[in-house]
Amino acid sequence: MPDHTAFINKLRRILPSNGLLSEAAELQPYECDGLSAYRQTPWLVALPENSTQVQAIVRCCHEASVPVVARGAGTGLSGGALPLENGLLLSLARLNEIIDIDADNRLATVQPGVRNLAISQAVAPQGLYYAPDPSSQIACSIGGNVAENAGGVHCLKYGLTVHNIAQLKIITIEGDCLTIGSHGFDTPGYDLLALMTGSEGLLGIITEITVRLLPQPEFAQVILASFDSIEMAGDAVASIISSGIIPAGLEIMDKLAIQAAEDFVHAGYPADAAGLLLCELDGSHSEVAEQMQSVQQLLIDCGATQTTIAASEAERQRFWAGRKAAFPAIGRLSPDYYCMDGTIPRKHLGKVLATISQWSAEYALPVANVFHAGDGNLHPLILYNANKPGELERTEEFGGRILEMCIAAGGTITGEHGVGMEKINQMCSQFNEAELEQFHAVKAAFDPDGLLNPGKAIPTLVRCAEFGQMHVHNGELPFPELERF
Amino acid sequence: MSDQLEQMQAFVSQAYAEKQPIAITGSGSKAFYGGQSSGRKLDTTRHSGILSYEPSELVITARAGTPLAEIETVLREHKQMLAFEPPHFGPAATLGGSIACGFSGPRRATAGAARDFLLGANIINGKGQYCRFGGQVMKNVAGYDLSRLMAGSLGTLGVIMEVSLKVLPIPACELTQQFEISAEGAIRQLQHWANNNYPISASCHVDNILTARFSGGESRVMEGIDKTGGETLKTADDFWLSIREQTHPFFVQTEPLWRISLPPATLSATPTRCLTEWLGGLRWIFSNQDNDKVFNENTMSYSILFRNNNNIKPNMIPDSLMPLHSRIKHAFDPAGILNPGKLTDQY
Repeated sequence: MPDHTAFINKLRRILPSNGLLSEAAELQPYECDGLSAYRQTPWLVALPENSTQVQAIVRCCHEASVPVVARGAGTGLSGGALPLENGLLLSLARLNEIIDIDADNRLATVQPGVRNLAISQAVAPQGLYYAPDPSSQIACSIGGNVAENAGGVHCLKYGLTVHNIAQLKIITIEGDCLTIGSHGFDTPGYDLLALMTGSEGLLGIITEITVRLLPQPEFAQVILASFDSIEMAGDAVASIISSGIIPAGLEIMDKLAIQAAEDFVHAGYPADAAGLLLCELDGSHSEVAEQMQSVQQLLIDCGATQTTIAASEAERQRFWAGRKAAFPAIGRLSPDYYCMDGTIPRKHLGKVLATISQWSAEYALPVANVFHAGDGNLHPLILYNANKPGELERTEEFGGRILEMCIAAGGTITGEHGVGMEKINQMCSQFNEAELEQFHAVKAAFDPDGLLNPGKAIPTLVRCAEFGQMHVHNGELPFPELERF
Repeated sequence: MSDQLEQMQAFVSQAYAEKQPIAITGSGSKAFYGGQSSGRKLDTTRHSGILSYEPSELVITARAGTPLAEIETVLREHKQMLAFEPPHFGPAATLGGSIACGFSGPRRATAGAARDFLLGANIINGKGQYCRFGGQVMKNVAGYDLSRLMAGSLGTLGVIMEVSLKVLPIPACELTQQFEISAEGAIRQLQHWANNNYPISASCHVDNILTARFSGGESRVMEGIDKTGGETLKTADDFWLSIREQTHPFFVQTEPLWRISLPPATLSATPTRCLTEWLGGLRWIFSNQDNDKVFNENTMSYSILFRNNNNIKPNMIPDSLMPLHSRIKHAFDPAGILNPGKLTDQY
C-alpha cells in the first residue's frame, strides 16, 4: 500500500474540489451496483470531469499500485462495479457530454457517462437512433454498456453493443490514451474493439465512445399471443424464424411474470395464459403488414389460444410496458429477487424450464421467467427474502445450478449481464484450465500488474480448484440427459 | 469430413517445443494477402465437415477446413445465407481461411462483417492448447470475446479449428438499379438512402456508374426503387459476384491494389480512379506508391496493400497500436511460431 496521505493529496491536485470522496458517509452510495446483495465500501471514490483527469488518476494509481474499479451509472447486475476496500472507485458519471453527432456517417461520439437513452434522444431530430436498448436504458450509461456488451429486447435483429459501436478511446493502466476502431467500417490489425467490448473494466478505462446510429424504422407493430405452455410459445418462435422473418423483438413470459406484470401496469395481458409471446415487427408499413399476417397465421398454427395485434401506437406501448416493467412487477411479490441471465439454444427451452420449476419446488423458492426468446437469453427471477437466515445462500445455490444447466445445454452462464463478481465461480464450469490461462494471458497483455478491476470476470485457477471441491458431485454434470455439443 | 484435431494439436505442440515456425494453409485461395510466412506447412483442409446446423436457431457450426461453398449450399437449401457474403477468391476457399482473413463482401455495410456473425471459435493456440471461446448462442458475455478476435488475425493468434456463425434468411426480394452519377454525387445519394430507410444492401461506384442493390420484403423493395428510379440490372447476381470475387474489369490490373477503409460520407479521398463499395466506406485503388503509414489523419483513413504486393513488406497495424498487438500476440503465441511475417514484419 502507498503512503495514504501523499496519494490522496496527489489525487486532490488532479481533481476538482468535490471530485474525491473519502469519508464514510460520502462513500456509502458507491458500495454496490445494481446487484445489491454484494456490498463493499471503497477506500476512495474519484469523480473526474474529463479524460485528462482520468488519465492523471490512472497514472497515479499505476505508480502507487492502487487497484482501480471503473463505474458508470452503477446499474450493472453482476457486481462488476463492486468496489475494493483498498482500491479507488473511478466514477465516470461526470464525463457526460455528447461530443459530436455525425449524421452523414450515422455516428455519435459521446463520453462514457452519457445515458443510453440520451443518445437516441439527441439524434432523434435527424431521424436516427442508437439500437441497443437494455431495460435500464433510462439510467444506464454507454460506457457501462460497452464494458458489459449490453443487449436489450431488439438484439436479434439489431445486435448487441459490440455490433453497434465504431470507435473507443481508452486509457491503459500505464496512462496511455489509445484509439481503437475507427469511423469507417473496419480497421486493420486485431479486432481490439471486440476485445474491449464486454471486458468488464479489466483491460482499460473507456473515455470516449463512437456509436453507430440507424434510421428510425418507419413503423413498428406488435402482436401478443397466449399459449397453454411455455414450450409451445418457444416452438412458435422457432416457426417464425424458420419462415424467414427476423422480428425486431421476441419476448416470452411465464404465468407468474404475466400475472405480476398485469397486476402492476394493466398491460392487457391474458392472466390465464401459461405462456405469453410478444412479437414486434418493424420496417415500412407495407412490409410490416405483410409479415404480420404471416406471423399471426404461424402463431395460430402453433396453437396460440389468443392473438391480439396492437391496434394503435398507444396499445403497442402498453403491451411493451408490461414486459419492461416485469422486473419491478415481480419485485412487488417478494422482498428480494435474484435475476439470472443464462443463454441456451432455444430448442432446450422446455426441458430447462421444467427443471427450473422442479428445483423451485425443491428449494421452496418461487421463480418467474422472462425470456429474450429470439436469442435464447433466459432471465429466471428467483424470489427470496434476504432477512430470512440462509435464504440468500439457498438462492445463490439454486441460481448456480441454473447456470450450470445452461452450460450443459450448450449455452452460457451470461448472455448480457456480465460475469462480474456474481458468476465468477460458474466461469470455472464453463471454461477449462487452458482457456482460463488464455484469458489471464490476454489480461496481462493490457494490465500486467492486475490493477484494473481485480478479482472480477475471470477466476484464478486457485479459486476454481477450491470451487470445484465444493460443487462437483461424483464428477457428474448437472443435466446429464441433455444433448451435448 | 474428418476430424484432425489430435494430429493438428500434436503438430503445434511439437513446433512449440522445438520453436519451429508454422505456416497455416487452407486451400491457398487467399495466399496473396499479407506477408509470405515460411515454416512447416500445417494443412487445415482435411479438418472439415459441418457439425451442426439449426435453421430455426440461425446457427451453423463447422470445422475450419470445410469449403465455404459447401456451407453456402447447405444454407441455401433452407433459404438462409452467410449475410457478410464472404469473398472466396478461389473454388476451394475454406471457412477457417475466410474467418482468419476476416473478409466481408458487398452486404457488409448494412448486414455486418464476418466478425459480427462469429459466435464462437475453437482454436489451438501457440502453445498447442485447444481452447473453445464463445459458443453457439447469440448472446454470450462470459469471458473476453476471444472468438471475434480471431476474425482478421491471419492465423497469428491460433489455428482456427471450428467456427460457429450466425446465419440469416435470404431476403425475399432483391433488385439492383444503376445510375449515371459522379463519385461525389454517389456518396451523397448513398448517405441519403442509408439515412432514410431505403432497403439498400450493397453499393458499387466506378467510372461514373453507381450500382445499388435493394433487399427485403417485395413491397418495401418496390417502394424503394419507385423513389430512387434508375435502370434495373438484369445480370445483378453476376455483377455482385464480380465485385465480391474481384473479377470485375476494374480489378484486372497488375499494379499493387490498395484497400482503403474510411468514414463512408468522405467525399474525395483518392485522386486516382477508384472503385467504391460499402456506401462509400471501402475504396479500392491501384498505386505503385508505397504507403509507410497505415493511418492517414487528414482523411481518417486506413490503407493496406491488398494484392500484387511486389515485395512490399506487409504493414497492417497502425503504429500507435503496435506495442499492444505485440503483447497480445505474445499472450497467444509466446514462441512466435504461428504464421510469422503474415500480419506484420515485426512478428
